[in-house]
Amino acid sequence: MKRRDFLMLTAVAALAGCASAERRAKARVVVIGAGFGGATAAKYVAMWDPGIEVILVERGERFISCPISNLVLAGNRTMQDITRGYEGLRKYGVQVVSAEAAAVDGAKRSVTLNDGRTLTYDRLVLSPGVDFLFNEVQGYQGAEPRVLHAWKAGPQTVELRRQLEAMPDGGVYLLAVPVAPYRCPPGPYERACQVAHYFKRAKPRSKVLVLDANPDVTSKGPLFKRAWEDLYKDIIEYRPNAKVVAVDAAAMTVRTDFDTVKADVLNVVPPQRAADIALRAGVITTNNRWCDVDWRTMESKAVKGIHVLGDATLSASGMPKSGHMANAHAKLCAAALVELLNGREPIANPVMNNTCYSFVSDKEAMHVASVHQYDPAQNTLLPVKGAGGVSAARSELEGGYAWSWARNIWADMLA
Amino acid sequence: MISRLLAAALGLTAALAHGEESPAARSLAATCAACHGTDGRSVTQEVPSLAGLPREQIVAQMRAFRDGTRAASIMPQIAKGYSEAEIQALADYFARRPR
Repeated sequence: MKRRDFLMLTAVAALAGCASAERRAKARVVVIGAGFGGATAAKYVAMWDPGIEVILVERGERFISCPISNLVLAGNRTMQDITRGYEGLRKYGVQVVSAEAAAVDGAKRSVTLNDGRTLTYDRLVLSPGVDFLFNEVQGYQGAEPRVLHAWKAGPQTVELRRQLEAMPDGGVYLLAVPVAPYRCPPGPYERACQVAHYFKRAKPRSKVLVLDANPDVTSKGPLFKRAWEDLYKDIIEYRPNAKVVAVDAAAMTVRTDFDTVKADVLNVVPPQRAADIALRAGVITTNNRWCDVDWRTMESKAVKGIHVLGDATLSASGMPKSGHMANAHAKLCAAALVELLNGREPIANPVMNNTCYSFVSDKEAMHVASVHQYDPAQNTLLPVKGAGGVSAARSELEGGYAWSWARNIWADMLA
Repeated sequence: MISRLLAAALGLTAALAHGEESPAARSLAATCAACHGTDGRSVTQEVPSLAGLPREQIVAQMRAFRDGTRAASIMPQIAKGYSEAEIQALADYFARRPR
């Protein structure tokens, strides 16, 4: 048995012993999902109140960041650059359990893991990210890896990079963008820039074709269009109102409502919803897709004792589905849990902010930012009028800030 | 002085009577951490740490970002989202952090 597995089993064996009806000595928070939301929540609860037991359940071996993963596609960063371990959380007392959550029983306040073990909790934090609605694109089932999304950083990132490298010069890379809301609003347009940056350098006769289901670029539109015009004029073609409804992996084509398009690399990002475990926990409330929450605590409006973070939430006004936003949700939630589990009221007026950087080349980036203050009358957070905004122009200065942002937020989650 | 009283009234002052941090001030400061590091300790050269900076320096910079006397790419947009009382509380909190 590996040492790591042994430590994990002893931790869980100890937990199982406490899982009886007897009152535990310490309040326990279980967190499902160690991404931007979950890892941050686990760290901050443990850091702010060492008297609370924190167990973080994660199926992946290591954290791989979606932000910056578009640069891996272009060869401007490596998978190693965007990968971090969970070991840094141990110094805060967080117990990291390497398993997948299979079921949640909100009434019994328990989580069943895929290996059959059960964890009870006082409060559950669910930060599950998104899963894909493959059914909404005819022919997608079974089409991978001929058709890729690469919208969760990991093996598909590596495979898409491999396909781009294997594509002959003069080929067409097709990127299909789903109807908003989806994870990372500026992500597709950054990806178009990154792939074009690679083509310009390595295979200059090749094309990037963006089929966008939305009526216009969803985020930082004028800045992206300026970059496409200035840097990638003969490489990127952008078509709005072009929703991909079917893929044919054998023919390497996609179909929109208007026509059929052939390409050499098919990168079709399907529509998304809160991930499966949210569905099984019964916390999806809206359009069969998203989880509505109380914005003072992030507690689910459907199931008491379960707090939902990140992309899975029904976004409040002006809140993108971003890693930075999930990190902010996590801190609001952690603060509320510390107060609630100590018998106090959560903070009356929580604040959040968001910053999303996008790289348009290997060096230049631009941002969109916002600040969100709690509005007691509407019980939600609202963007502060007059605050926030986008870059005046892309710049290398902001490219430096963007890479700094990544390293600081990864450390804020995990170190 | 008035703003410090206001901050106190809002529960935003960093130190409580028994020496613990106010949860509201701690949470406010945590909104800076994604870019400036946990507890204001940045792990990069590009973005400065806030931990241990003099209180008045943080207040002065945030005011300068808000009123436009200090130009920058992103901080003017962020600073405009925070009230005077919140800025006082943030500055108090970071000034007390070890570098």
